[in-house]
Amino acid sequence: MAKLNKEEVLNFELGVADTPWMDTPTVFKEGMYCHAAKKKTLDVVGMPNTHDWSSSDEDWNLPEDWKEILLDGMKDRLEKYRSFRLFMDVCVRCGACADKCHFYLGSGDPKNMPVLRAELLRSVYRRYFTTSGKLFGKLAGARDLTEEVLHEWWYYFYQCTECRRCSAFCPYGIDQAEITIMGRELLNLIGLNTDWIAGPVSNCFMKGNHVGLEPQTIMGNVEFMMDDLEEATGVHCEPSFNRKGAEILFVVPSGDLYAEPGTFTFMGYILLLEHLGLDYTLSTYASEGGNFGFFTSNEMAKRLNSKMYAEAKRLGVKWILGGECGHMWRLVNQYMDTWNGPADFLEMPVSPITGTKFENAASTKMVHITEFTADLIYHNKIKLDPSRNDHLNVTFHDSCNTSRAMGLLEEPRYIVKHVCNNFHEMPEETIREKTLCCGSGAGLNAGENMELRMRGGYPRADAVRSVIERFGVNTLANICAIDRAAMPALMDYWVPGTRVTGVHELVGNALVLGDDDYRQLDLRLEEIPNAKQPPAPEPEPVAETAEGEASEGGSNA
Amino acid sequence: MNNGIKIGVPLLIVVALAAIAWIGTDAFHLDMLFGVIIPYIALALFIVGFVIRIIKWARSAVPFRIPTTCGQEKSMPWVKQAKLDNPSSSAGVVGRMLLEVLCFRSLFRNSKAKKDGDKLSFGSAKWLWLFALAFHWSMLIIVFRHLRLFFEPVPAIVTGVEVVDSAFQIGLPIIYITDVLFVGAVTFLFLRRVVLPQVRYISLQNDFFPLFLLLGIGISGVVMRYFFRIDIVAVKELTMSLVAFQPVIPENVGPILYVHLFLVSVLLIYFPWSKLMHAPGIFLSPTRNMANNNRAVRHVNPWNYPVKVHSYEEYEEEYGEKMKRVGLPLDSETNAG
Amino acid sequence: MRKGGKIMFFTALFVVVLCAPFILNMGSAQAAPDPSLDTPEINALQEKECIADTEWMRENHMQLLDDWRWEVIRNGATEYVAPNGQVYDMSLDDTCLSCHSNREEFCETCHDYSNVELYCWDCHNPDYEE
Repeated sequence: MAKLNKEEVLNFELGVADTPWMDTPTVFKEGMYCHAAKKKTLDVVGMPNTHDWSSSDEDWNLPEDWKEILLDGMKDRLEKYRSFRLFMDVCVRCGACADKCHFYLGSGDPKNMPVLRAELLRSVYRRYFTTSGKLFGKLAGARDLTEEVLHEWWYYFYQCTECRRCSAFCPYGIDQAEITIMGRELLNLIGLNTDWIAGPVSNCFMKGNHVGLEPQTIMGNVEFMMDDLEEATGVHCEPSFNRKGAEILFVVPSGDLYAEPGTFTFMGYILLLEHLGLDYTLSTYASEGGNFGFFTSNEMAKRLNSKMYAEAKRLGVKWILGGECGHMWRLVNQYMDTWNGPADFLEMPVSPITGTKFENAASTKMVHITEFTADLIYHNKIKLDPSRNDHLNVTFHDSCNTSRAMGLLEEPRYIVKHVCNNFHEMPEETIREKTLCCGSGAGLNAGENMELRMRGGYPRADAVRSVIERFGVNTLANICAIDRAAMPALMDYWVPGTRVTGVHELVGNALVLGDDDYRQLDLRLEEIPNAKQPPAPEPEPVAETAEGEASEGGSNA
Repeated sequence: MNNGIKIGVPLLIVVALAAIAWIGTDAFHLDMLFGVIIPYIALALFIVGFVIRIIKWARSAVPFRIPTTCGQEKSMPWVKQAKLDNPSSSAGVVGRMLLEVLCFRSLFRNSKAKKDGDKLSFGSAKWLWLFALAFHWSMLIIVFRHLRLFFEPVPAIVTGVEVVDSAFQIGLPIIYITDVLFVGAVTFLFLRRVVLPQVRYISLQNDFFPLFLLLGIGISGVVMRYFFRIDIVAVKELTMSLVAFQPVIPENVGPILYVHLFLVSVLLIYFPWSKLMHAPGIFLSPTRNMANNNRAVRHVNPWNYPVKVHSYEEYEEEYGEKMKRVGLPLDSETNAG
Repeated sequence: MRKGGKIMFFTALFVVVLCAPFILNMGSAQAAPDPSLDTPEINALQEKECIADTEWMRENHMQLLDDWRWEVIRNGATEYVAPNGQVYDMSLDDTCLSCHSNREEFCETCHDYSNVELYCWDCHNPDYEE
């Protein structure tokens, strides 16, 4: 990353190329794409037409009948997905989406305008599936499917994070995510996945989570985290795993079990749930909320997702609680019940603490932890000391998926405002349903495509910069494991010194465990600057500012 | 494709189409062809093509409920839901669709990104929304006004719309507000496509063709009404005879009528095979016409099929020994190794 | 989940609405209006001749009347020289309606048919003058 000069990265205009896009060859630029998926990785999950190839080579060692496979695959999917057929047909190229994509805003490459990324596929659709395209060819905006076109698809469909921002602005709701999903499904028919997606997929299939943690490693990691938690809070927690008869199954993204700052978020969850005395358990088999299968194919996603319900059934729990994760919640909200439901072996989720029935999850039987925690706070069931987070000046990054495929906007804000005193929104055009992506979603958070990630995350980082300059923000809160994995590098690159944190890390820090909770360390084992001191022989007067709303500021000015 | 060709070819085609109708009727007296036969064929092709395309869409499944949510979801009672931008009920979906179809809600959200050195900013950009709205509403009202040519007596509502549309009482015949808006808005949409580099870059010939065609229809209509002032009684004689299936070619109508009619016929024929199908398409858009209630009401995928999974039993067989060692419970002690 | 029934219902509805003019006019062919020239004044004329030929008058009478109004009110002119050289008084009542004294059968048949608002009588009231 050191060799990536910021000025060079930003030396572009939001313009177009000199040559028409169909005549502009696709040049594979190092740092902008991922390594090819390995044959042996794909074979673990039985993907078709696997072969060894390299994305930086000219020759991708394609199966002989690759074109036929792709066109058959397209035909099949046009019948299976109305979204696909409709979105191929109805675009009027009004250009409303053009400057909405973070990859276009961060690279100026016109093929990253959502409309053009869709045209990459649409032009082939016209050529083979419409009368006008068959008759008039290029005049009707159609083109042949060639190896160059295939390379172009691969390059650009793995430069899309399926964030759906374009879809919010499209007058017909055309969703580039749907088109990217179809494009990637097609590429996967001939073994053209990326290594960074295929690896987690096979890990998740065999071991239950993306990062490939085996049961004993999970338990080891958790023990390590619980030690830290004890050091910070003085409380020893022992979350149970694979325990039959628990009331609630808790599923988190495996990133939270694996690396900082996700582990701090995990500590936050556990501290809260243990403090409440909840009857819950986790699972080593269903140890992944996220789903890289979704970045491969619908079928693969369904195969990985099946573990949650299967494990809930095996353990005999009543309902499922889900951790902070973006695409996990897109799938739980919009796909899981359809794929692997009905979950008739579970019960309507009810908070054992407040008695709240989560009727919006009546069928899926799965509740988001920010819904659960916001409900606790609303009913005054937990004591919070937001002043413990006073050294943090927080802004909140809406994850693409929870915003535009769910609408989970107020719950995390409600929590953040109750656990922090300093909260400022980023500009209106960059939050909520218009939120900008971290640039690393949909399986793009690899190492070899760092330039792509820094470019894609630039619009978000620039919005963070604006609140740093205006309000002195120093912390970016989020509810997504990919954010927690990818944003630290992004912040370090564009706006160094910005801390990335999960919302439940902030909750864990503010949570008052009892009258004798005079914690001096936060979950990162760093000193809390204005921690309350225990009553000493000569007690110092300490300002009591426990309750009350955080300031909202005129952040949208 | 070079911009000159991209824009010039569709323009030439529309001009040629107009010329064909003019010469065909003025020099060759093919009034029957342009006044009766082609309009009938065009309408038939429009209906058939339109229905075929809808059937094609309708036959494709909607496997998942995938609304693009643009506001707060329905969750707990004390959290205010964005009922129109993130509907959870059928009524909400109807409301969202009405806002989308009648007011172009999503386009209203539009913004313009600007990059200034190393900084990005997002400005307001409502012009596309405004002119798109002006164009579509004008077109609808103009089509509706034309009903006076297809009914005798003319329904009061048609007269009412006409009166409102001529409220300015300028000129003779009185200028319709929608005529001005229509030609103005289509011109704006054309200029926008040419002037904005990004939009010019993504535009295809089949984006310019309908614009020129609509402009040709608009201009021929305006010219016919305000400059040629052709005999409206004769026009109605023709249109009434068409809808009664007893076609009569009146005298006293100039070739300009046939130009207008021919361009409309071409539009009807072109419509079902083109992007103009966005009109019915929006009603079927799965990201807009579905409620965000997946977690409360199960959506069924008609082609859902069983898939190969890695079961817990297999998992325990593979990791039972390791699980046992860290004290995890096993379903079958034989897996403990 | 296809909702085919709903989609086809609304498509059919659209087609029916589109074809409404055909359906509602089924079998009711109507002749175009035929403005009547049968007035005592016209019948009394030796040479049945208007100030311009019929086709021109059909397409331009409104413009002619508008010009007359402008000339009389703004410029105080009163005489109109017709294409055939004959001079007429620029007056709706005294020139036009003196022959076409049957406004219902002459003016209004066409105006009603083509739904063009006829606002001459807002000011000019031939019945009143008689």
